[in-house]
Amino acid sequence: MTVKGPQKKQFPIQEGLFTWPSDRPQLIGSKCKGCGEVAFPAQKGCPACTGADVENILLSTRGTLWTWTIQAFRPPSPPYAGPDTPDNFVPYGLGYVELPEGVRVESRLTENDPAKLKFGMEMELVIEKFKEDRDGNDLMTFAFKPVGK
Amino acid sequence: MAGRDIAIIGIGIHPFGRVEGQTGMEQGVVAARQAMADAGVTWDQIQFAFGGSLDGGSPDTMVRFLGLTGIPFTNVINACATGGSALFGAYTTINSGARDLGIVIGFDKHPRGAFAVDVTQQGIGSWYGETGLAINPQFFGMKINKYMHDYGISLDTLLKVAVKNFKNGAMNPNAWRKRALTYEEIANSQMVCYPLRQYMICSPGQGAIALVVCSAKEARKYTTKPIYLRADAFRTRRFGSFEVLSPSQPLRFTPGPTVEAAKAAFEMAGIGPEDIDTAQLQDTEVGAEVMHMAETGLCKHGEQEALIQAGETEINGKLPVNTDGGIMASGEPVGASGLRQIYEICLQLRGDAGQRQVPKPVKTGFTQVYGAPGVSCCTILAK
Repeated sequence: MTVKGPQKKQFPIQEGLFTWPSDRPQLIGSKCKGCGEVAFPAQKGCPACTGADVENILLSTRGTLWTWTIQAFRPPSPPYAGPDTPDNFVPYGLGYVELPEGVRVESRLTENDPAKLKFGMEMELVIEKFKEDRDGNDLMTFAFKPVGK
Repeated sequence: MAGRDIAIIGIGIHPFGRVEGQTGMEQGVVAARQAMADAGVTWDQIQFAFGGSLDGGSPDTMVRFLGLTGIPFTNVINACATGGSALFGAYTTINSGARDLGIVIGFDKHPRGAFAVDVTQQGIGSWYGETGLAINPQFFGMKINKYMHDYGISLDTLLKVAVKNFKNGAMNPNAWRKRALTYEEIANSQMVCYPLRQYMICSPGQGAIALVVCSAKEARKYTTKPIYLRADAFRTRRFGSFEVLSPSQPLRFTPGPTVEAAKAAFEMAGIGPEDIDTAQLQDTEVGAEVMHMAETGLCKHGEQEALIQAGETEINGKLPVNTDGGIMASGEPVGASGLRQIYEICLQLRGDAGQRQVPKPVKTGFTQVYGAPGVSCCTILAK
């Protein structure tokens, strides 16, 4: 007789970063009703005009790469909480992706080869597994990948 | 603003680097005693103190070693701009007329490796650090990567900045890295955050600096070689400046705090960038030195490529930059770095920089210290 374990679940690494679960997940930002400035993650106050009347908005899933780098060593842990070790760490890309709502979002990138990253290239949002939690559930985070890759 | 100028009448240093068996604070005491001896004053004459340290202990408790004289002793922490902020405190204290003679002490002793950042202390969710987005060199890599793309700065130029700083450090008995690393060693060192490699970025370190300061009119009472602080300008970022630890960035472009601080410093001193004989610029990494050359107004954006390729920022060039090897060769003790820049300019103005003395006459020097997430202090010093 096989014992069926509990169904593996997927949780966002932090609630409120992106819509999840969802067939078409989107990042959740905030927009100032006064000056229109957009921030990510959503926050309760406007860093541009100092106003406090802001609303949450869903951000577009496609944008362009504004700048980028490759993290080549395993970051100090804590705070880094990746499932890897210094021995099996794989460098990862990160950068700012400019979205049509008028904000550049900092994000991990699925590409870690500098030769394959270009300023202004089209990028799209993906939600990917970051690690497993203590109960074996997947903790999901957001990343951007080059369109068409 | 033309306040009362202040003078630096004594300078002291504890060599930078990594030493075992001596606390950061003990290094601070060494620097303080040396600065007081240089000025010909004793601790009981000192009327106020500003002290800066991140990991070396509470500076004000140094009175345990120096003596409990009841003076106001203010602790300052402002990231890598801690030293500059501490000096600014002394500058305004003397300028206000509240006190005439004081000391500024910066020291630190950091653990090895990259600074671990607790973003939850800075209003950012823990996910940011957990997913590996809260590492300072990432920001440095992203800023210089874009700057190289926008202004035509080559990787070769970045490497030449590193070669220069280690070459200068090799002539500085107080530097941490006293070996002139070769171009190949730097170019082949371990990748950290593209395009920056290990020997293109500073490392957290140890060291201490102290400066005895007084009102300019009293300076000659103490010394025959006072250095005058003609300007001290302190600014923080405005909305739109591209800074470290930013989960999002607005589209609008705002120049960084260094641009405003440098402009204010030149206005205060009533001179222009063309009057600067040598400069100390925050070189957290090679890209920072390159970008700060233009942010301070010492050249235009993009001109760095030709200037550095022509060797103009070398000690014998038109605009020597980081003649002591900068943070790259000295290491980064956060509390001391900003004051180390002042210390080096004082040496250059006094003509006491030894092997690394700038050969042309040095009448006016400039310093710029920058700290996360967007703090900048600029000074102008003159004989």
